[in-house]
Amino acid sequence: MSVSLAAFLYLISGICFIMALRGLSHPSTARQGNTFGMVGMAIAILTTLALPGVLSYEMIILGILIGGAIGAVIAKKIEMTALPQLVAGFHSLVGLAACFVAVSAYYEPAAYGIGTKGDIQVASLIEMALGLAIGAVTFTGSIVAFAKLQGLVSGRPLVFTGQHMLNLALGVLLVVLVVALCMTQSDSTFWLIFVVALALGFLLILPIGGADMPVVVSMLNSYSGWAAAGIGFTLENNLLIVTGALVGSSGAILSYIMCKGMNRSFFNVILGGFGGDDSPAAAAGGYDGDRTVKSGSADDAAFILDNAGSVIIVPGYGMAVAQAQHALREMGDQLKAKGVKVRYAIHPVAGRMPGHMNVLLAEANVPYDEVLELDEINRDFSSTDVAFVIGANDVTNPAAKTDPSSPIYGMPILDVENAGTVLFIKRSMGSGYAGVENEVFFRDNTMMLFGDAKKMCEEIVHAMDQL
Amino acid sequence: MSDSNLSEKLREIAEDARELAHEASEAARQAVDGVVSAAPGVPVEQVGVNPFVTGLTVFALACFVGYYVVWRVTPALHSPLMAVTNAISSVIIVGALIAAGPADISFASVMGFFAVILASVNIFGGFLVTQRMLSMFKKKS
Repeated sequence: MSVSLAAFLYLISGICFIMALRGLSHPSTARQGNTFGMVGMAIAILTTLALPGVLSYEMIILGILIGGAIGAVIAKKIEMTALPQLVAGFHSLVGLAACFVAVSAYYEPAAYGIGTKGDIQVASLIEMALGLAIGAVTFTGSIVAFAKLQGLVSGRPLVFTGQHMLNLALGVLLVVLVVALCMTQSDSTFWLIFVVALALGFLLILPIGGADMPVVVSMLNSYSGWAAAGIGFTLENNLLIVTGALVGSSGAILSYIMCKGMNRSFFNVILGGFGGDDSPAAAAGGYDGDRTVKSGSADDAAFILDNAGSVIIVPGYGMAVAQAQHALREMGDQLKAKGVKVRYAIHPVAGRMPGHMNVLLAEANVPYDEVLELDEINRDFSSTDVAFVIGANDVTNPAAKTDPSSPIYGMPILDVENAGTVLFIKRSMGSGYAGVENEVFFRDNTMMLFGDAKKMCEEIVHAMDQL
Repeated sequence: MSDSNLSEKLREIAEDARELAHEASEAARQAVDGVVSAAPGVPVEQVGVNPFVTGLTVFALACFVGYYVVWRVTPALHSPLMAVTNAISSVIIVGALIAAGPADISFASVMGFFAVILASVNIFGGFLVTQRMLSMFKKKS
C-alpha cells in the first residue's frame, strides 16, 4: 500500500473517531457512535498491517489475540460499580504502550524514517522524549489512582513536607534531561527520563484524596491522549495526532467540569491534600455534639414516601459502595405504581468518575429520561414533597452557599433542603469527604435513616407492601 | 567624582552603545542578504513546509474539533465518553504495529510486540465496556 493511500485511510479513521464522540451527544445515537469508533480502529489497524514495513504477521496477530482476549474478558466481567478503577487501569496500559513505542522508535528509528540510532533528528527526539515522559507519568499515575479506587491503598491523601518542591524538582530535572538527550543522544539519559517520569507520576497522584478521583481519572485520560499525540509527532502520523488531540481535549474538558462541580481550581485539586485528617476546615464545621437529629425506621420512610405526590432521589457514592441501585430502582418502581412522580437528581461530582451515577442507574434499568442533571432539576426541589438522599452528603450541604469559611463554599449543591421532607440514608453521623458537618441533618423537616443503603431500600420496599 | 563628570561619562557610554547597535543591525542585514541570495540554490523539496508545522496544524485543528464535540456530549454519558476515548487513544497501536513489523526479531520489535498486546487489551476492553454501558441506557417504555 502506498504511503499516500495509507494517509487517506488514516484520515477516514480519524473522521470515524470524531463521529464516535459526536454520537455521545444523546443516548439514542450513542451506540451508533461506538460502532463508528470500532470501524475507525479496524481501518487504522488494517491499513497499518498493509504497510510495506510490516511483515511479521504471526507475531502481531498473536499479540492482538492475547491482548484482545484479556480485554474482552475484563469488559464482560467487570462490575459497573468498579468502572472508575477499570478506566484508570486501562489508562495505565495506554501510558505504558506509549512508552514502549517511544523506546522502539529510539532504538530502531529507521523503521519510522526519522534517522539512524544515535543520529536521530532533534525534533523527533524531543517529541519522542515527551511521548515517553507523558506516557510514563500516565502509567504510574493511573496505577496509583487504580489502587486508591480499588481500595488497595487508603483513599486518604498522602502528604509529606517538601512534596511539591520534590515534584517541581523532578519536573525541572525532566526538562534538563530532555535537553541533555538532544545533545548527547545517550541511552542512559533516555532511560533516566523514563525513570524520573515514572517517579513523578507516582508522586503526583499520591497526595490526592479518593473523592477527587473524578478529576484525576479525567486528567489521566487527557494525558494518555497527549502521549499519543506526542508519539504521533515523532512518527509524523496524522491519525495519532488527531486522536491524541481529541482524547486530550476530552479529558481536559471533563477535568474542568469536575473542578467546576466542586468550585475548586484545577491546581487546588492536583496539589492534593484536600479532605485529609489535618484539614482545618473539619474543626470549623461548627458541630457542638449536643444537637439532636430525628431518626426514623424503614416503616416511617415508607409511610412518608407513600403519602408523597412527588419524590426526587439523590444518589451518591454511598449508593455505589452499597450496590443499592437495584433495590433503589425497585423502590422507585413501587412508588410509580402508586402514582408518585419519581425523578433522580445527579450532581456533577457524584460518584468516582464523571457520569458514574448515570451508568449505575441505567444498569438498574432506570430510564434515562427520569435522570436529570443539577441545572435541570434544582429548581424543582421546592415543589417536591420528598427528597430521598442515598449515600450523598457534601453535594447537599447548604454551607456551600451560606458559610464563606467552609472548604466547600461556592460549590453548586442540590437544594434538597427546600423539599417538604428530606430523607437521608446514611450509615452513621460521620461527615462527608470534605469533613464538613451538614446543617440539613438537623433541620425539622429532615429524617435520618441509619443503615446500609441497600438493606434500607429493601426494607422500605417491604414496608410499602404492607401499607 | 562630580555630577557633571558623571553625566559626561554616561553620555559617552550611550554614544558607544548606539554605535554598537548600528554595527549589529548592519551585520544582521548582511547576514539576511546572504541567506536570501543563497536560497535559490537550495533544492525545491527542502523549501517545503517542515513536517512538524504540518503536524502542529493538524494538532491545533483537532484540538478545536475535540473541544466543540466534547462540549456537546450529554453529562449523562460522561462515563461512556471516558471509556470510548480510552479505547480510541489506543490507536497508538499504529506505532506499535510498525515497531513490531520487521521480520527479524530485535529489542525494538519485542517492545513493539508488548505494546501491541497492551493496546489490544485497551481496544477490545474499551469498546466492549462502552457498548455494555450504552446498551443499558434505555428510554421510558
